[in-house]
Formats: sequence, structure tokens, C-alpha cells
Amino acid sequence: MTEPLPGTPGQTVGPFFGLSLPYERGPDLVPPGAAGAIRLHGRVLDGAGDPVPDALLELWQPGPDGAVLREPGSLNRDGWTFTGWGRAATDNAGHWSFSTLRPGPSRPGTAPFFALTVFARGLLDRLRTRIYLPDGEDVLAADPLLSSLPAERRATLVATAEPGGYGFDVVLQGERETVFLEARP
Amino acid sequence: MPDNAPPDTQDTISAEIASIAAAHEKAGPGPLLDYPPYRSSILRHPTFAPVQVDPDEIELVGPVFGARDVDPGDADLTAQHPGEPLGERMIVTGRIVDGTGRPVAGQLVEVWQANAAGRYAHGRDRHPAPLDPHFTGTGRCLTDADGRYRFVTVKPGPYPWRNHLNAWRPAHIHFSLFGRNFTERVVTQMYFPGDPLLPLDPIFGSIPDTSAQQRLLATYDHEVTTPEWSTGYRWDIVLTGPRRTWTES
Repeated sequence: MTEPLPGTPGQTVGPFFGLSLPYERGPDLVPPGAAGAIRLHGRVLDGAGDPVPDALLELWQPGPDGAVLREPGSLNRDGWTFTGWGRAATDNAGHWSFSTLRPGPSRPGTAPFFALTVFARGLLDRLRTRIYLPDGEDVLAADPLLSSLPAERRATLVATAEPGGYGFDVVLQGERETVFLEARP
Repeated sequence: MPDNAPPDTQDTISAEIASIAAAHEKAGPGPLLDYPPYRSSILRHPTFAPVQVDPDEIELVGPVFGARDVDPGDADLTAQHPGEPLGERMIVTGRIVDGTGRPVAGQLVEVWQANAAGRYAHGRDRHPAPLDPHFTGTGRCLTDADGRYRFVTVKPGPYPWRNHLNAWRPAHIHFSLFGRNFTERVVTQMYFPGDPLLPLDPIFGSIPDTSAQQRLLATYDHEVTTPEWSTGYRWDIVLTGPRRTWTES
């Protein structure tokens, strides 16, 4: 094995990413109201509990059957192809929202989740986390990541069921700080 | 800091940058997230260490983009309006590889930047420098089979911000990059060699490893410069993900 090349470091997305990164229908992995569509939404909060109005979230997920998708078209949606990827900026109240499908487990016996990347002004590098569905306590209890966490930390990764979808807050700092992840070396 | 306190001076910020750099000589290659000289980070950095996790199938791949996603004209930031933008026309190009040196082919690159006067075409930019009606400052492209990207643009100007008194960002272009998998996703900033504002900047300075800082600097490349038309800069990018990609070959 040769030594890996050193990586290019990240930097904050800054305050002006709105010029380039958000795009029409970015948050709509499926059209709102389509068959099977759910709403996944919440807020991004800082260490004082205040909303973060200049954050950007990217969602990446398998389809409802757990299959990992390899479909282009996320930036220019045709309204029919489910690509499994979307992007949403927070609004002035720190709120974000996706219209999507329920993910299935991409590996048998694991709990289904959405993979999430978080960017914001004031955040010097991206953060990664998972949003688990709250369905099935036995499935959640058996998940390798969730079962390794203390109960109060674990709770930060599980969405709340709501009519029509799920709620989930990303808490950047503080007592209810979301568990952020890095790939195991 | 209370709202009515006088703003910090550049000397205060520079002293904080130096003291943190000395304490983190052996830190990793990325920026520190808890980096008080960048005042906006104070309430926006996690306090728990990240939890290590074995990537799941979904995290071992990333989204796919294709010809239907990107218009080839999106790579020319000087051609989005009827007239030519003001400023130094420049080409910026480079190659994107993973940690093993394999090209990241067919992947999405997105950029945004200030105009030549240091003003963003964004409603929240209050810098009293002129907007350029012929420059928006946003572009996209897909890398070719060898991992190469190429943009035509104008050199962005430095601009003031309110981190502290007389705070100025060095000239930079924001880059959004996707690797072959979800964990290689990076958003960063490309800077210019020899910019005197670099050592004063708490965003650039948030990377304590000075060799890692150097990897954010483009180099002037006379081979990229085009006669009678444009200067040229080269900036190569390495997207490193989980170590799995180092050992699987």
C-alpha cells in the first residue's frame, strides 16, 4: 500500500453560497404530494438555541426498497426519476424541508436512515450525520451505531414521527447537540 | 462579546491565530471547528468529538450527476450576460483525484465568487463596491475522464467583512466538490499565491497545519495563460474519504 495523498482541507461555505448552491426543486426529491411522498423537515440551531438562517443541508438516501440509486438528474429533475439526493437551504427562521420517500435499509438488519451533510456560515468544515426513522424500537436497538451511543445522545439521531412525515432538528452545539459522524479509519 | 464593546483589532485576531497555531502544531489536515478568531464559529461548532462509524452502503457511494444536470456554458462565468465583466480575465483549471491518485471523473464542481471589485451579487453583501451587471459569479462543470475541471472567470477582489475591525478576506473562489463517495464531499476555498491578506485571515488560519494551508493555494501557470486573452491558474484537488479507499486496491 502506498501512502495516501494528503487531502484538500475544507473551509466554511460562508454567507453567500445562496448565489450558487441552492437550486429550483433542490429540496424536492419527489414532487410534494406525489404518491409515497413524505415531508422531512426541521431547524438548524446554534449553541444558544437560536436558529441558523444561513445553513445548507444535503440529503442522500437509498430508495424505499433499500436500493442505492445511481441516477443522474438531481440538479435538473424530470419529476419522475428518484435520484436519492437533494439540497435545501435554511430560511430566515432556520427552517429546512425536503419532500422525499422513506428510505429502506441498505443492509439487512440495520435501521433505515437518511445520510445528511451540514454546511453553514460559521462552520469551518462540513458535518455529517444520519437521520434515523423512529419506526420499530427493536430495529433501532439492534443498529450498530445507535446501540453504541448513550440514550440521550442516541435520541439526537432519531426523527420524530408527524402526520405526513418526520421532524428533525440539527443542533450544532450544546446539551442537545446532534451526534456528528466520521468514517472509521 | 457584548454588542456594545469596541470591535477587536487585527492585532488581537492575529495574536489569537498565532497562539492557536502554536498549540495545534500536530493537529490533522483540516480546519479546527472550534476556532474563536473566526467569531461566527463560536456558537456553531460541535463540542462533542465526532463518533466514528463504519460507513454503510449508501455512504460508500455518492450522488451521480450527468450531462442533463450541467450546461457546458455554465463553466464560463464571463459569458452569462450580454457584455464582458470588468477585471482580470482568468482561467482556473486543475485535476481532482482521490487519496490513491485515481481521477474523480464525471463529478460535479460548483463555484461562486465576488466580482473583480470584491462584491458578491448577493443581496446580503453590503460592501460599497460596485456590482458588475455582466458578472454573477457562479459556475458549474463536470470533471472529464481524467478528473479535470476548467472555468473561465475574472479574478475576484478581496473584500471587507465584520469579523473584527478592518477585517479583509483574501481573494478566493469557493469550490463545492463531490468525490466518488458521500464521505469525500468537501466545500472549500481556493486562494491566490502571495496574497498579503492570507496570514491575517482567521478562516484560512483555521487550518493549523501550514502544509495543508498551502494545498488551498492555486499556482500561476503560464501554460494555462492564453496569448492576448487570459491569465491562467492551476489548482489540483485531492478528495480523501474513509481509509477503505486506500486499502481496497
